[in-house]
Amino acid sequence: MMSAADLMSAALGVAFLSLAVAQLMCMIRLVLGPNTGDRILALDTMVINALGLVIVLGIHQGVRIYFEVSLLIAMLGFVSTVALARFILRGDIIE
Amino acid sequence: MSLEIIGTYATALFLLIGSGFALVGVLGLLKFNDSMTRLHAPTKVGTVGIGALLLASMTYSYVSGAPSMHELLIMAFLFVTAPISANFIAKVNLHQRACDTPPAPPRDDTWSTLKSPEAEGDIPSGNEGS
Amino acid sequence: MLGRALRWLMPHPFLTLLLAVVWLLLQNEISAGMAVFGVILGVLIPWGTAAWWPDTPHRFRLFKMIRYSLLVMWDIMVANVQVAWIVLTVPNAKLKPAWIVIPLDLLEPEAITLLAGTITLTPGTVSADLSDEGHSLLVHVLHTEDPDAVRDDIKSRYEARLKEIFS
Repeated sequence: MMSAADLMSAALGVAFLSLAVAQLMCMIRLVLGPNTGDRILALDTMVINALGLVIVLGIHQGVRIYFEVSLLIAMLGFVSTVALARFILRGDIIE
Repeated sequence: MSLEIIGTYATALFLLIGSGFALVGVLGLLKFNDSMTRLHAPTKVGTVGIGALLLASMTYSYVSGAPSMHELLIMAFLFVTAPISANFIAKVNLHQRACDTPPAPPRDDTWSTLKSPEAEGDIPSGNEGS
Repeated sequence: MLGRALRWLMPHPFLTLLLAVVWLLLQNEISAGMAVFGVILGVLIPWGTAAWWPDTPHRFRLFKMIRYSLLVMWDIMVANVQVAWIVLTVPNAKLKPAWIVIPLDLLEPEAITLLAGTITLTPGTVSADLSDEGHSLLVHVLHTEDPDAVRDDIKSRYEARLKEIFS
């Protein structure tokens, strides 16, 4: 059984790598996606993945200030998804 | 087994689970071939993956001596807003006719996204100013 | 007399409590000073924005609501593993997606919103649209052999409990 610190750094490496690979796969769907809904979904998923990357970076560096960054990214990502969808549905974001 | 070692193992476990779920969610996004089925995977499995990563961050802060609970805020925010964005993207798919037509509702006329705007007298028709 | 004074001070009591808890979480320290400041903010903010809030909130049963949210969280954990299994093992040709129409018995918009959110959070189903008078909900299911069983399951598990909470 590996020691706790070794397991921790291995887990951090695996987390970084899988989130980066997930981000690249989202970009593939962003280019491929035949409809607009697929592209909006790919952009929203990329924002959530970026949020995950910031959280794992905060664990790795032991810094506490990344929490505010992640809260802002989450809020702005949601608002931008809703704005894109409303633009397609109605042609107008705020009536 | 001191509490610190248990906490470190728990953090590593949550990290692996969270990143695994995020990867599976995006795999579903790439794999399916219909617009509406592609919607299910990243919005839900991805949200739980990020929830597990936030749990890892909380337990790690307990281990390193400065306990913090504010990751619960991000978790609550994501659980409330992920269904809303999924609903909007489903409406975009319905509006652009990118999926099979759904069956009609039993009591009313039609679904709100598919309802065309009634001509209330002030929407000009196409060939007036020729 | 005291009841009327309390209701004038806090027209939305759950909003006050929620604001105080969010303030404590945001500041990340649980001390008496922060709690008092949270309660002050929780009283001032609804009072200052009272012009934009709708009228008095509907009553709902708190204990049943807490049990409902615990049930939903358990369902989220179990069903996410199922969807991850479907993504990894079922090939595309064998997938059976389906549309379901759920006729609603709930009337208030808050209750319908909670039901739609719960349906989307438990994996396998996504609530897509509402009919134009508000009597039916359109739901898309990922992989099912029997759509009617899913519809009866949703009505008995979630809508029956929500009707008890908001009655």
